[in-house]
Amino acid sequence: MTAADRATIGNDVGLRGAASLVADLPPTPAVWCSGLRKRYGRHQAIDDVSFEVGRGEVVGLLGPNGAGKTTVIKTLLGLVRPDAGEVMLLGRPAADPSARTCVGYLPELFRYQPWLSPAEVLALHVRLSGADVPGPEQAESLALVGLAERAEDRVGGFSKGMQQRLGLAVALVARPELVVLDEPTSALDPLGRADVRDIVLALKARGIAVLLNSHLIGEVERVCDRVVILDAGRVAASGTLAELLGQREVRLHLTDAAPGTEARLAATGTVERAGEWFTVLLPAEDDGTAVPDLVRDLVAMGAQVHAVEPARISLEERLLGILRAAHGGDR
Amino acid sequence: MTTARTVLIIAALTLREASRRRVLAALAVLTAMLLMLSGWGFSRLVAETGADTLTSGEGRLVASMLLNLVMFGFSLIAALGTAFLAGPTLSGETESGIALAVLARPIRRSAFLLGKWLGLVVFGSGYVVLAGLAQCLVVLWTADYWPPNVAAALALLAAQTIVLLTLSLLLSTAISPMASGVVAVGLFGATWVAGVVGGIGEALGNEGVARIGTVSRVLLPTDGLWRGAMHGFQDPSLLSQFADSFEGHPFLSSTPLTPAYLAWAAVWVAMVWVVAAASFQRKNL
Repeated sequence: MTAADRATIGNDVGLRGAASLVADLPPTPAVWCSGLRKRYGRHQAIDDVSFEVGRGEVVGLLGPNGAGKTTVIKTLLGLVRPDAGEVMLLGRPAADPSARTCVGYLPELFRYQPWLSPAEVLALHVRLSGADVPGPEQAESLALVGLAERAEDRVGGFSKGMQQRLGLAVALVARPELVVLDEPTSALDPLGRADVRDIVLALKARGIAVLLNSHLIGEVERVCDRVVILDAGRVAASGTLAELLGQREVRLHLTDAAPGTEARLAATGTVERAGEWFTVLLPAEDDGTAVPDLVRDLVAMGAQVHAVEPARISLEERLLGILRAAHGGDR
Repeated sequence: MTTARTVLIIAALTLREASRRRVLAALAVLTAMLLMLSGWGFSRLVAETGADTLTSGEGRLVASMLLNLVMFGFSLIAALGTAFLAGPTLSGETESGIALAVLARPIRRSAFLLGKWLGLVVFGSGYVVLAGLAQCLVVLWTADYWPPNVAAALALLAAQTIVLLTLSLLLSTAISPMASGVVAVGLFGATWVAGVVGGIGEALGNEGVARIGTVSRVLLPTDGLWRGAMHGFQDPSLLSQFADSFEGHPFLSSTPLTPAYLAWAAVWVAMVWVVAAASFQRKNL
């Protein structure tokens, strides 16, 4: 073995070491944004928005109309220039167009070249993305959204729902690592919505990150790992579903309530009363004794306990709660 | 994704749009009609000349004038066509949302714009060169007249089209598709009228009026390039024979273009393109 050979081996070892060091680093998030601001004239569309979408994570963007959800998405994709803030996509600064190489996007306002066929639209997007996706694989994307039969028809004759399905295929065709879906079901029938849900779940199973903006809270609740709630351009709340929905409630049907009953209920958590039904918000740090203790005390106080029902807050209720709190209960 | 590849993909897409949206077919029909009409006109002209109502010199003068008139028709078709194609293709796409999905791909906006521009340049100049050449052949066939400088004249017609479509592209980055087409064609017409007014000023020896044409030709080089093209189409011997007819005539040109003016036209196109790219770059979609 010559000295040169030894040096090559030494270099190899060094390179492998460096490679394993890099491989062991935690992967950069699919989306990272910090301090995003955008003002249109006198309207502050988004104000200090920061959040993250991890690799393979499905994150829902929720909020009322005009909360700035679409502006946030367009800012991430370089379609809107932020006044301030930073964006990284898949580990690269978003100012560099190549950061979007592995990003698929379905816009809220979706229209595709009406003079092309769906197959041609997909081929165009594959070419623009620089990916090497063979024809049969492109056809699979069309089949996935139920457009296989219409692959050669002109897009101009498509209904809104079919164009939205095509948009979904466009977002998925170039082997993305991050898919951004802005209201992907707005024009779809219930069957189409179920399809979208299945597609998002399939993406999740394949480790593809998804940022989903949807009005359909039920949908978000079913597919998302985490939720970011925007209100008036700001992040009102964010967290995993367990974090946001962690608070549980218990519903009690009581008669012959003694004077101290309500006070005892209030000692456990916030109480809402509807006739003989009381709903008590359980403390987040409940170790499982709050309900038995409450029932024991109520019985001891002479109340007739007809029913004790556990209840979980839905994402919708939580969302409304957050938004109402933010607006001082004026809506 | 290299920028050159993006430019070529978008240019090809723009050309495909022009052909799929039946712009090509419409232009072909319009051009064929104009060619047939002018063919008939020129054959009538030859018949009249033969009947000794016109001298051969007068015949060539009228032929040159008519040729320039028909060429003006083509340049107008090309101007209208590209102006109304350039507007919708850019601002129409951003307005309708077609551009959203495309521009979210890993491509630069300037490359996208350059591709659109290149596609329109190929389309517009291709049209005027082919239609112009066909017209020259019709004249050769019917009136036995071949312009002295066909290549340069057709190139100048193409350049005129490029100037106008670059302007429409700039306008369409800032205003609505319909408005950009209307404004571009309006400016084109206004410059032409200003050129004619300036020519009349020159004929009358009124410097102030003559300056209108000069200034408008600098501000928007379409009319200047058009006059250079006319000069290439007409018979050079006519100028000495019928110097009076050339003064202030909208379809005859007494002077060729200077290299300085051509350079200015090129700089003008480059400047307007850069402003268009900067405006498009800053646009919130």
